[in-house]
Amino acid sequence: MTAKADRKRGSPAAAGAAAPNPTSDLNADTQRSWLRQMLLIRRFEEKAGEAYSLGKIGGFCHLYIGQEAVAVGTLAAMRGDDYITASYREHGHALARGMSARAAMAELFGKAAGCSHGKGGSMHLIDASLGFLGGHGIVGGHIPLTTGMAFAIKYREEDRVAVCYFGEAAVNNGAFHEALNMAALWKLPAIYICENNRYGMGTALERASAIYDISERALSYDMDREVVDGQDVLVVYQAMQRAVKRARENKHPTLLEIRTYRFMGHSMSDPIHGHYRTREEVEEHRKRDPILVWSEKLKADGIIDERGIKSLDADVISEVEDAYRFADAAADPEPGELWTDVYASGGTA
Amino acid sequence: MAVITYRDALNQAIREEMRLDPSVFLMGEEVGVYQGAYKVSRGLLDEFGPMRVVDTPITELGFAGVGVGAAMVGLRPIVEFMTWNFALLAIDQVVNTAAKMRYMSGGQISVPAVFRGPGGSALQLAAQHSQAFESWYAHIPGLKVVMPATPADAKGLLKSAIRDEDPVVFIEGEMLYNTKGEVPEGEYLTPIGVADVKRAGTDVTLICHSKTVSVALKAAEQLAADGIDAEVVDLRTIRPLDHETVLASVSKTHRAVVVEEGWSFAGVGAQVVDVIQREIFDELDSPVLRVTGADVPMPYNKHLEKASKADPPKVIAAVKRVMYLES
Repeated sequence: MTAKADRKRGSPAAAGAAAPNPTSDLNADTQRSWLRQMLLIRRFEEKAGEAYSLGKIGGFCHLYIGQEAVAVGTLAAMRGDDYITASYREHGHALARGMSARAAMAELFGKAAGCSHGKGGSMHLIDASLGFLGGHGIVGGHIPLTTGMAFAIKYREEDRVAVCYFGEAAVNNGAFHEALNMAALWKLPAIYICENNRYGMGTALERASAIYDISERALSYDMDREVVDGQDVLVVYQAMQRAVKRARENKHPTLLEIRTYRFMGHSMSDPIHGHYRTREEVEEHRKRDPILVWSEKLKADGIIDERGIKSLDADVISEVEDAYRFADAAADPEPGELWTDVYASGGTA
Repeated sequence: MAVITYRDALNQAIREEMRLDPSVFLMGEEVGVYQGAYKVSRGLLDEFGPMRVVDTPITELGFAGVGVGAAMVGLRPIVEFMTWNFALLAIDQVVNTAAKMRYMSGGQISVPAVFRGPGGSALQLAAQHSQAFESWYAHIPGLKVVMPATPADAKGLLKSAIRDEDPVVFIEGEMLYNTKGEVPEGEYLTPIGVADVKRAGTDVTLICHSKTVSVALKAAEQLAADGIDAEVVDLRTIRPLDHETVLASVSKTHRAVVVEEGWSFAGVGAQVVDVIQREIFDELDSPVLRVTGADVPMPYNKHLEKASKADPPKVIAAVKRVMYLES
């Protein structure tokens, strides 16, 4: 697909990467770093699942396993001063943005050393210094926030972009439509990333949305759109590069529908398969595990060999084990913390 | 001192704060080209331009979220709701985001936003346009709720609200917009969280806010003719509630009636009564009574509407009961 065709408003890019997809503009270190990041997220989430089962993590815990290429590919195309918001399935985005595994794991454990000092938990990972502005728990509720951040960027005549991650179930929500309409109406530098993992909890896309192709919703707002293969980190990265360019240079918002798949249940308390999807379906999707897809490509291109992959994996496992030990040993917030951060002046106004 | 309307006092507050701080902007339905549904924003578009006086689509949830998002990254939005009835569509953004970002981020993120517009009833606007929601917002830790009754307080409190680092729900009165009063020009700030004795008295305390301040003052005048000297305490801020002023007054008069426009169940008055009985039970010479809106959706018919509202005769009747002059 040519850049020109891509710039045509309302023209979706072809999903998938059937054609050869050159990586010549990416150095080998970058390509390996993406594999490392995806492995880190995978091992972090596996460890979080384990800690949840042991009762060390409470509440809800929504794992990102299967969708790693989306966070890693999109965040690789962003700049350090861009703004990011995400839904409650945001551990992967936080890590890909540069949050330490220790700060993230300690937050899941509710500890004072967590990124949100133990007051946010799994659904509210936040690090303002990284522009990582949540971690939001109401489906669709954070989409207008991103429009507001993009508004602030335009207001201050900056060249940042504001990026929002949400699942495909959020596009049936009024907040989504209101937010996208204003972003397009006011020509704001926003990118709306719909991670279409096929299921809103246990409800399949076609049981919730009157149209199957979610990117078409952008047509209502004369907004740029693309459909992207979310299991191939390079394809994700390239689509995001185009969206970032449109936003940063032309103040054109984009709706990216990134098709992916959730390998786990909706949250740790939900089954992986059962009434709403079959074991066979999950197994079929696992064949396009984003880590497998990228590993195979890097091996084929001579960027890394099996030994190198094992070494990266061992490295991230050790990082995650360290984070786990750190979080487990870390202190709970002081009892007095109950009464801080309610207002600027503390617990009472 | 200039005598201006409540509407113009609000306009003055917004204009002055926008001149002082380039991060302050106003957004909402009809605030720009139309000059404001209630003309509070008259002239602001001309002075500040469309980037700072932003006309929005009719999309309360969306533009409230835009305001909160902009506040999260350092702007100071004034989000105008045409009325608080419509703001129910936006309550998710006010309650789930604005009120909670500071806490759930462990203190990293502030939301210095003002949500403002008229609340309560006007005249014959019927059930969906005549509701007082202050107790809903006052229930939420993380929010401040401010309700000025006079032009001077409207200006001073709105300026304070715009400068506040926390989200402020600022509820005006549609029936107050044309009321006039003396308003200091230029820098004039009324602190949030401080009630005001609008009339000093010794026999009974009338605790009120927003539109019911004038109801209480009228009742006090008529009571004076009967030899009853009522003190009128205007709460001005619902949250944080000024316990000190309320308790000092009731400790002096030993009797109190709380007057509010909203419904009685879990209303603002319920909180005030709780504070009084908890803190100064022994000072009371009679149970504290409440005068509220009737516990029904607002009827359209003007006689029924009048019957539903808190008015001076109802306040006078309640005062006579707390003074054991009538049963």
